[in-house]
Amino acid sequence: MANVPDNLKYSKTHEWVSIEGEIATIGITDHAQEEMGDIVYLSLPDIGRTLAFDEQFGEVESVKAVSELFSPLTGEVIETNTAIGNTTEIVNEDPYGNGWLMKIKLSNPSEMTDLLDAASYTQFAEEGGH
Amino acid sequence: MPPLTRSLQKKGVTKNVTYLSNTVEDRTEMLEAIGIASFDNLLEPIPENLRLKTLLNLPPALDESGLLRHLNKMAGRNVNLEACISFLGAGVYDHFRPAVVAALQGRGEFATSYTPYQPEMSQGMLQAIYEYQTLICTLTWMDLANASMYDAATGVAEAALMAIHILDRHDVVVTEAMHPHYRQVLKTYLDATGFNMVTVPLSGFASDTSSEFESLSTYINDRTACVLFQQPDFFGRVIDQKEYVEAAHRVGALAISCVDPISLGLLKPPGELDVDIVVGEGQSLGNPMGFGGPLLGFFACKKKFVRHFPGRIVGATVDESGNRGYTMTLRTREQDIRREKATSNICTNQALLALAATIYLCELGKAGMTQVSDLSLQKAHYAYRELTALEGVEAVFPQSPFFKEFALKLSKPVVEVNRELLKAGILGGLNLDTYYENNVNLANTTLFCVTETRTREDIDLLVSTLKKVLGNASV
Amino acid sequence: MKNSEFPLIFEKSRRGRKAANLPECDVPYTSPEELIGAEHLRSRLPLPEVSELDVVRHFTHLSQRNYAIDLGLYPLGSCTMKYNPKVNEKAASIPGFASLHPLQPEETAQGALALMYDLQKMLAEISGFDATTLQPSAGAHGELCAMMMVKAYHASRGEAHRNVVVIPDAAHGTNPASAARCGFKVKGVISNSKGCTDLDSLQKALAGGNIAAFMLTNPNTVGLFESEIEKICEMVHEAGGLVYCDGANMNAMLGLTRPGDMGFDVMHFNLHKTFSTPHGGGGPGCGAVSVKACLEPFLPVPTIEKVTAKIGEEESEATYRFIQNRPQSIGRIHSFYGAFLIAVRAYTYIRSLGAKGIRGVGENAVLNANYVRARLADHYEVAYGNRTCMHEVVLSAAKLKQLHGVRALDISKRLMDYGYHPPTNYFPLIVPEALMIEPTETESKQTLDEFIEVMIKISQEAVETPDLLTTAPHVTLVSRLDETAAVKNLDLRYEPLFENNNPI
Repeated sequence: MANVPDNLKYSKTHEWVSIEGEIATIGITDHAQEEMGDIVYLSLPDIGRTLAFDEQFGEVESVKAVSELFSPLTGEVIETNTAIGNTTEIVNEDPYGNGWLMKIKLSNPSEMTDLLDAASYTQFAEEGGH
Repeated sequence: MPPLTRSLQKKGVTKNVTYLSNTVEDRTEMLEAIGIASFDNLLEPIPENLRLKTLLNLPPALDESGLLRHLNKMAGRNVNLEACISFLGAGVYDHFRPAVVAALQGRGEFATSYTPYQPEMSQGMLQAIYEYQTLICTLTWMDLANASMYDAATGVAEAALMAIHILDRHDVVVTEAMHPHYRQVLKTYLDATGFNMVTVPLSGFASDTSSEFESLSTYINDRTACVLFQQPDFFGRVIDQKEYVEAAHRVGALAISCVDPISLGLLKPPGELDVDIVVGEGQSLGNPMGFGGPLLGFFACKKKFVRHFPGRIVGATVDESGNRGYTMTLRTREQDIRREKATSNICTNQALLALAATIYLCELGKAGMTQVSDLSLQKAHYAYRELTALEGVEAVFPQSPFFKEFALKLSKPVVEVNRELLKAGILGGLNLDTYYENNVNLANTTLFCVTETRTREDIDLLVSTLKKVLGNASV
Repeated sequence: MKNSEFPLIFEKSRRGRKAANLPECDVPYTSPEELIGAEHLRSRLPLPEVSELDVVRHFTHLSQRNYAIDLGLYPLGSCTMKYNPKVNEKAASIPGFASLHPLQPEETAQGALALMYDLQKMLAEISGFDATTLQPSAGAHGELCAMMMVKAYHASRGEAHRNVVVIPDAAHGTNPASAARCGFKVKGVISNSKGCTDLDSLQKALAGGNIAAFMLTNPNTVGLFESEIEKICEMVHEAGGLVYCDGANMNAMLGLTRPGDMGFDVMHFNLHKTFSTPHGGGGPGCGAVSVKACLEPFLPVPTIEKVTAKIGEEESEATYRFIQNRPQSIGRIHSFYGAFLIAVRAYTYIRSLGAKGIRGVGENAVLNANYVRARLADHYEVAYGNRTCMHEVVLSAAKLKQLHGVRALDISKRLMDYGYHPPTNYFPLIVPEALMIEPTETESKQTLDEFIEVMIKISQEAVETPDLLTTAPHVTLVSRLDETAAVKNLDLRYEPLFENNNPI
C-alpha cells in the first residue's frame, strides 16, 4: 500500500497539502504517482496566478497517461518546484519531499477543513477513488 | 445445419468465396465448437427487423481476369499523363519516380502492416519513419518533423489551429497567393471552430507598385495567431519569406510556410529563416499523382512547440539490453490518450507515402535532389523564355523570380487553347480564370508547370503548337 | 554495433556516392544565382550519399524487420487486419488511374469520375444511406467532416446553439477529439452491465436542449451489437440531435444489417479496414462518409454528378462532372478529391466480391470471432460475459494481473515470441486489462486453431512461469523499449547531420 503520511492533508483528486502559516505546499500523493507510473512531464502554473479551490493548475504525464492537477485550496502561486526540471522521476521517488510541485499563499484557510486526513484518504484510495 | 450463404455450397461455384478461407467443413466444426446449430444464431443480438433478408443490390462479382478487363476499360476512359505531354502542376507534380521506390515501398511487409503500436514487431517501419523525419528536417532545416499529415491542405489547417492554440489568438492571416484549395480547406476548418481568416490580396502584377508583404502590416495585429505563405507560391514565384517571418514576429504571431519539397533542392530552407512551422505536399517525392490522392502532408516545427504539434512521431531509444530501437513517442498529445483535449484528431496518417518519400530522397541523395530541382528550374525558364517570345503571350508577373511554374496571359480563352493543345497530345496549363474570378489581371491566364520529366522536344512542341493555336483566328 | 541494431541510411552515406540516374540538362543553362538570386539559395543539403544497391538492401532489410498481414495473423481488435488482395494493388497501379492529374479537364478523366461515382453508390447501398463523399482521408477525418456537417445542419435550421456531442465512455479517442475540433462540447455516456449504451445515462446526457449529435460505434467497441439501437436513435432524434455511426466496425455488418436502416443519420467508413485497402504501416486510408438525405446539401465540395441524356429511346453514355457550387456545403476538406487510389482498391474489392461475397465477409468475420471467443472462454475472462459477440471479442486479463501479476501487455509481448502480432491492448478503456481480438473473415479455422492453442499455452504460462511473460518478448529483434527514456531524452532525428553548422 502506498505511503500516506499522517501529518499531511489530502484531496480527492490525489493532491497532498502541508501548511506552514499561510503558505501551503502541494504535491501529488504516493498513490497517485504509483497509478501514473514513470512520470515524464510536468506542467506547472505561472508564479502570481490565483487559483480557486479545485481549479486545474497543471498536468502530470507518464508515457501513456495524462492526469490533470487540481488545486486543493484557494490562493496565489508563490513558488513552483523548478528544481525538478527534466528529472521528473523525483516525483515518483519522493512525492512528499523533493517531488513537491508548488507553494501557494492561502486566501481562504477555512477550506482546510474540507480536506481529508491520512486515514480518510487511505480509505478513499483503497476503494479505488478517482 | 442451414448453409451460411446458400450458394456457397453449390458445386463449381467459387466466385463468391473470394478471399474467405473457411471450408464448409470448417464452418460446421466451428458452429459446433460455439455450441449453436446455425449461423443465424450468431445474429440474435441484431433485432430481427434489422437483419437483411435479401442480398444487397450490388453489381455482379467479377473473376480476377474479368475484373482487370473491366478496370482497364474504365482507366481507358482517362487520358493518363504517361500517354501525353503534361504542363499541369498546381500542387500535384509528375516528377520522375525511380523504379526502386515502388519496388521497395510496395513490399507486403511494409504495405500490409498496421500502425507500429507494438515496437518490438515493427522496427522496420519505425526506423523508416525516423529516417523520414530526419530527411524532412534536412530538407526544411527544422528541429522536428512528424510522421505525416493527410496532405498539404490539411497540414496548413492544422498548423493554423496549432498557432491559435499556442497563442490563444483567433485570427489567421493568409496570402491570396497560397494555393486556392489550401485556403478553402483552411476556411472550412476555421469556420467549424469560429476562428477568422484574413486574406492578404494578391499583388505583384506588372501594373502593381507594391507587393503582398508591403501591405501585410495593415492586415496583422495583436489578434493574429499566424501568417501563412507559400514558397514558391501558387503562381510559382519565389517569395522573400523573411519579410513575412519578420512581419509575423513583430506582432508575436507564428510564421507558417508551405513549401514545395522539390524546390528545397535549391532554395533556402525555411528553418534558416526563422519560420516557426513548415508544411508542404510530399506527393512529388516518389508518389504517383493518383488523381490527387492519397497525398502526403509533411509537417515540421521548432523544438519549442514539441508539446503542441499534431500527429504521430517516432523517437529513438534503447531496449532492455541497450540496443538502439525506435518507438512512437510523445503519445500524450494524441487523441487516444488526451481525447477531446488532444492536439489534433488525426490518427491514421500517410505512412506508406512517407516511406516512398524516404526511399526517393535516399535514392536521389544530395546530388540528385539538387539536380532534379535545378533541372526543373532550367526547363521551366527555357519554356518561359520561348513562350513569352510568342505573339499573344504575356507574362503575368514579369518582375518575379520563379521556380518551375509561371502564369501567362493568352490572347485567346484558355479553355479553347487547352482543347487545341490536347489534340496535339499536350495537357496545357491550369486555367486560372476559375480560381481568381474577380481579378481582371488573371483573366485568360494559364499556369504552366515544367518538371525535369519534360524534354526540350516536349517544350518545343508546346511552343510551336501554341504559336499555331494563337496565330490561327479560326480556332 | 550489436547484432540486433541496424544502421541508419545516414550511417551508410559516403561522400560522392550516387544512386539515381537522372537526365542531363537539354536546354540552355543559366545559373540558379542568376535566375532566382543567390539570397534565395541554400548552402547545405546533407542528404544521404548512397548507391542504388545500398538503397535496395537497406529498405529490403527494414521490411524484414517488420510484421505484416502477409506474414501472419494480425488479430488487432478495432483494426480489421484482413488480407489485402494483390489485385487491388495492380488496379491502383494502372496508369489510367495512377497517372492522372487532379486538375486535368473532367472530360479527360471520365473513367475516374465514374469509378468514384459508382463506389459512392455501392457504399450507400451497403450502409443504407442516401449519399456519400469519398473525400475524407481517414476515419478521424471522416468524423471531422461529419461533425462539420452536423454543425452546418443545425445552423441551417436556426439551431446553432446545439453545441454538445454525446459520446460513450467506450468510444475511440478520435470521436471526442473530432467533435472538439468542431468546437463541440463533449458529454459522456456510461455503458451498462451488458457492455452496451446505458439508456438512463443517455437520457440524462440528452437533456438540456443543446444536443447536436450522439456518436456511437456499432457493433460497439466491446464487439457487441447495440441491440437497442433503434430506441437509442429515437431518443437522440427526440432530443433534436443527429446520430453518428463510427464505422470502424462495419466489417461485422457487411451484408447482414445496415446502419442506415437502424436510424443513424451519418456514418464514416474506413476503406482501409472494411474494404481491404492496406494500412501501409499507419496509412493512407479513406474515411468515406455516407449521409441521409437531410445532410446531403452539406457534403464537402466537389461532389460528382452523373448526366445522361435521352437519345430517342436509348440513354446516352453517362458523363460525369464535379459540382463545385453548393451553397450549403461545409466547403473543401482535402487538397483535391480524397484518396482516389484507395477508392480504386475498395472498388476493386467490392467488384470482386459482389453481394454474396460481401455477405460472406460479414458472416465469416462474425463466425471467426465467436469461434475464438468460445474456445478461449475457459482460459480467459470474456468482458461482459461469454455471450455472442460480433466481429471481435474482448478478453480481460484483470484476474491474471491480480493473481499472478501478469498484465494484458505481458500476454501481448509473449505472443510475439510465438510469432503473432498481439491483439489490441487497453482498449476499450472501460475493460480493465483489455485484450481485443479481431480475427477477420480471411483467416481459416486452421490458423485460428494454432493461435488459440498458443493463447491457451500462454494462459498456463501466466500461472506457472509468469516471469516468462513479464520479461517477454525474448526472440524479437529488440526487447521492450525504454519508452520513458524516449520521451525524456527526445531523439526525433539523426542529430549528427545537423551538428556541423558549416555548409556541407
